[in-house]
Amino acid sequence: MPWDRNQMAARAAEELEDGMYVNLGIGIPTLVANYVGDKEITLQSENGMLGMGPFPFEGDEDPDLINAGKQTITELPKTAYFDSAMSFGMIRGGKIAAAILGAMEVAENGDLANWMIPGKLVKGMGGAMDLVAGVGRVIVVMDHTNKHGDSKLLKECTLPLTGKGVVDRIITNFGVLDVVEGGLKIVQLADGVTEDELRAATEATIVN
Amino acid sequence: MKKVYGSAAEALDGLLRDDMLIAAGGFGLCGIPELLIDAIVESGVKNLTIASNNCGVDGFGLGKLLDTKQIKKMMSSYVGENAEFMRQYLSGELELEFNPQGTLAERMRAGGCGIPGFYTKTGVGTVIAEGKDVKTWDGQDYILEEGIFADLSIVKAWKADTTGNCVFRKTARNFNPPAAMCGKICVMEVEEIVEPGELDPDHIHLPGIYVHRIIKGEHEKRIEQRTVRKREEA
Repeated sequence: MPWDRNQMAARAAEELEDGMYVNLGIGIPTLVANYVGDKEITLQSENGMLGMGPFPFEGDEDPDLINAGKQTITELPKTAYFDSAMSFGMIRGGKIAAAILGAMEVAENGDLANWMIPGKLVKGMGGAMDLVAGVGRVIVVMDHTNKHGDSKLLKECTLPLTGKGVVDRIITNFGVLDVVEGGLKIVQLADGVTEDELRAATEATIVN
Repeated sequence: MKKVYGSAAEALDGLLRDDMLIAAGGFGLCGIPELLIDAIVESGVKNLTIASNNCGVDGFGLGKLLDTKQIKKMMSSYVGENAEFMRQYLSGELELEFNPQGTLAERMRAGGCGIPGFYTKTGVGTVIAEGKDVKTWDGQDYILEEGIFADLSIVKAWKADTTGNCVFRKTARNFNPPAAMCGKICVMEVEEIVEPGELDPDHIHLPGIYVHRIIKGEHEKRIEQRTVRKREEA
């Protein structure tokens, strides 16, 4: 059995080190916060907050306190608020150690596509282009294949890019791969997934 | 000089004209200038270009200006919450210029600082870079983005003193300071107006030099995605 969403999130949490400032995307990346254990991790929300807390208790929702997904959240004793220019200043300035985000496609050279599908409703890139261009390390967490069973790890992206050559590591339900010179390198297989299965499900060049 | 006005309509008097560029604060529905938007709807001014991260939702926030077809063009990073937006965009009635969120914020900040352009690596190698000047530093490409110089800024703060020194509350700060900075004239709505000296000068988020007209009002502060956890999980 490949990893499920929570196992992928738990594996992604292993990427985080004590003291890191991190930005988590929407979807599986949000679950990563549940698995950081004793590590002191500070979550950034790009709408202007460091030190994002959990969802509020019913009745405690504050319309002035939301995350980048527009969900009501809470603050922590260490929380700091700032404006959008400073928020993206710290992202572009490389102060955020890592971003963990979802993707539609990743190419073997680290190209990332996760913001639009031509012909479908285009909602916008939000802060994704800034994050992938600016943070120290970009970790993609996504299913290895799409709903048709086709590889999402490609030789070249077919969708419009969010960033060029920006991805460092990919965590899928099949395992963990790094973007290296010449293609992707298998770092770890998910429990119950064989190397042959991972290779068969991957279009991108695997170098090891 | 008196900065405090009695109503949104009074504060906008003489400032609105067709075809103008307005920078608006807010992220989603958080920290948006609700009252000034309503007054712009009432004014009937049209063909507006609006620089704002989002365009409200159907029937609220900047979405109201879509319903009345007063917007010609949006400069935004994310517009997914609004069916009328998509209808007008897909039918060609509405122009849309996508900006990465940080690029939009920095374009506003830059405009407010008299910086007509800056280079950033955000968007390099994507559709955002098409037609833009590229420079290389230390082997890394950067694209030229232009500062936004708005005719008018409409923003929302929590408290301001009568000279415009103001503080924002939690994540409702978001785009409000950079939007305020980039306008020739900035009109601000607040929840509370206090006398000079009541706000600690060390705690001012945006100095009054950026704020020209102020109104106080009641805000609906609609929540877009109400997410909670149960008490027993504590």
